[in-house]
Amino acid sequence: MQVLRTTLCAAAMAAAFTAHAAEVEVLHWWTSGGEAKAAAELKKMLEAKGHKWKDFAVAGGAGENAMTALKTRVVSGNPPTAAQIKGPAIQEWGEEGVLASIDDVAKKEGWDKLLPPVVANVMKYKGSYVAVPVNVHRVNWLWVNPELLKKAKAKVPTTLDEFFATAEALKKAGVQPVAYGGQPWQDATVFESVVLGVGGVDFYRKSLVQLDQNSLKSPTMVKALETFKRIKPYTDKNAPGREWNLATAMVINGKAAMQFMGDWAKGEFLAAGKVPGKDFLCVAVPGTATAFTFNIDSFAMFKLPNKDAEKGEKDFASAVMSPQFQEVFNLNKGSIPVRAGMNMAKFDACGQQSAKDFAAASQKSALVPSMAHGMAVHSATQGAIYDVVSQFWNDDRMSARQAADKLAAAAKVR
Amino acid sequence: MTSYNGPAHYGFAERWLPRLVLAPSLVLTVVFVYGFILWNGYLSFTRSRLLPNYEWVGTAQYLALFENERWWVAVHNLVIFGGLFIGGAMAMGILLAVLLDQKVRQEGALRTIYLYPMALSFIVTGTAWKWMLNPGLGLEKLMHDWGFTNFTFDWLVNPDMSIYTVVIAGIWQSSGFVMALFLAGLRGIDDSIIKAAQIDGASLPRIYWKIVLPALRPVFFSTLMILAHIAIKSFDLVMALTGGGPGFSSDVPATFMYSMAFTRGQMGVGAASATMMLMTVAAIVVPYLYSELRGSRHG
Repeated sequence: MQVLRTTLCAAAMAAAFTAHAAEVEVLHWWTSGGEAKAAAELKKMLEAKGHKWKDFAVAGGAGENAMTALKTRVVSGNPPTAAQIKGPAIQEWGEEGVLASIDDVAKKEGWDKLLPPVVANVMKYKGSYVAVPVNVHRVNWLWVNPELLKKAKAKVPTTLDEFFATAEALKKAGVQPVAYGGQPWQDATVFESVVLGVGGVDFYRKSLVQLDQNSLKSPTMVKALETFKRIKPYTDKNAPGREWNLATAMVINGKAAMQFMGDWAKGEFLAAGKVPGKDFLCVAVPGTATAFTFNIDSFAMFKLPNKDAEKGEKDFASAVMSPQFQEVFNLNKGSIPVRAGMNMAKFDACGQQSAKDFAAASQKSALVPSMAHGMAVHSATQGAIYDVVSQFWNDDRMSARQAADKLAAAAKVR
Repeated sequence: MTSYNGPAHYGFAERWLPRLVLAPSLVLTVVFVYGFILWNGYLSFTRSRLLPNYEWVGTAQYLALFENERWWVAVHNLVIFGGLFIGGAMAMGILLAVLLDQKVRQEGALRTIYLYPMALSFIVTGTAWKWMLNPGLGLEKLMHDWGFTNFTFDWLVNPDMSIYTVVIAGIWQSSGFVMALFLAGLRGIDDSIIKAAQIDGASLPRIYWKIVLPALRPVFFSTLMILAHIAIKSFDLVMALTGGGPGFSSDVPATFMYSMAFTRGQMGVGAASATMMLMTVAAIVVPYLYSELRGSRHG
């Protein structure tokens, strides 16, 4: 079968790739302006160490295209040095037996001390490091247009009850309260934040990370689903299928007052020339101020044919974790460094807030992985949960009770 | 050519050259079409998740597929879409062809106008209709702007109706093409038969219904074949128009297969759904080919 696999896929590939010693080939989808700049920085750092950087950027589809390209490469027995893979997908690739350990670099540089344990665990397969983290995105943010809130004489919500009061006030003042993008991953993003707000950290962890059947069917989950659905009347009719950045643009242009979205939304505000704290506010999703839902980009390392290539791989891992790269990259990307003890002076108010909350949440073990962004559960389970959440959001005949039972069934998909 | 009997060495070349010329394309087709079909069929019985894995699990992937609610939504949508799309495009196409056949002026220009949507890819069609059907941007807003404030047309964002928007865009795209096929068929019919019918006093609709359309049976079947396979493999139109949404309400088997196999790490389920799609196509094509081949043997 191995022969069949190799021949078929080698034949299927459009081009033949050959690996040279110490050539660092990295598959990523950092193709937007700021991201490309950050990738160039990485290239410089590796070339300073005498390696050759070979770019393998695959644009589009939030990495879907890149993953398809990667599968072809790996199946044909010719993987790149590293690829942008995150969350439990690292475990899935690990199970396929194609990832390489970078424990010696990690030990030398003391990654166990630099990374919070929850984050470190995501990077490890069977106890040894196979991936290096790049950045931390916080998912449970609420982006607010303060001017619209002032117009409606509403205050910035800190609890879910206040959120609905604010939304009601905005609606009365003739302002669209919530900018919403009706795509399954966005539904899931809002949903997980509401679960965190309604149930708290422990409940979130039990239900959406450990997939505990009792929690998924519990009254708390039903309440979370009901709360989630209560947001729908405050969204507009054109939301289905809307891209997240178009929803963000609604907040920027004053067409809507609030949006639930991760901190990549900040990039849109900054690109529009808005100032954090003045033109827009970043606050934690109501009821989740002390918690932190993380979405961490990382690079998984592949098993390579020779020692030279392995050297390049280790230098690459070390470069990604270096304070210099972490700062440059995250300034460009809108996220925060994953490395502890970084100087945050160059970051904006939202970034500094995020870093502070990350450290605080890490202390109180209130750091939770984002289910919606592939940090908590396997992709098959995540997809099944997406289906239920989206269906519940869109189908007004489905009760929260039914949705909770469906969630419990979806959690069994492995 | 075949009746010519040349010297022995020439006969050898004549016999083998065509086969030699065809051999590479035959091999390519066998490997890359039928080989991959077999490979996919095999994968659907294995534990493949992220990558192909050759551990045999029997029919487990099919059971998982049949238990998946989303798969049945996709199948249901395919039935709705297939039926309405094929029927609608066929009816529209025939109607346009018959109307164009009435020796109208500027026929060439009209034909181009009707056929033009076919020149657009389904991606473009989907994107354009997405704007036209979006309640806040297209038709509904236009009607509101014109003062008809009670007008609602929100099928695109209504989970119960979203699949029908795909039907609308599909028919718009394909009926010009059906028209072209039927127009060619109509032009192939001997005028004298129609004249004879006219002399017998048959009305024009009756002539079309009783004489012309039955004579177009072969065109009818080839059109059906083409539209049926467009319907079953339809992926780009759904992706561009609704993205399978709202939720997964306008999912079709092709989009289902893609998301299972490539984004969700359930390659086995994806392979099983692909096999089911192949079986659906086979269920239509095999009886058709059988009847066609048998027909030619007797005729």
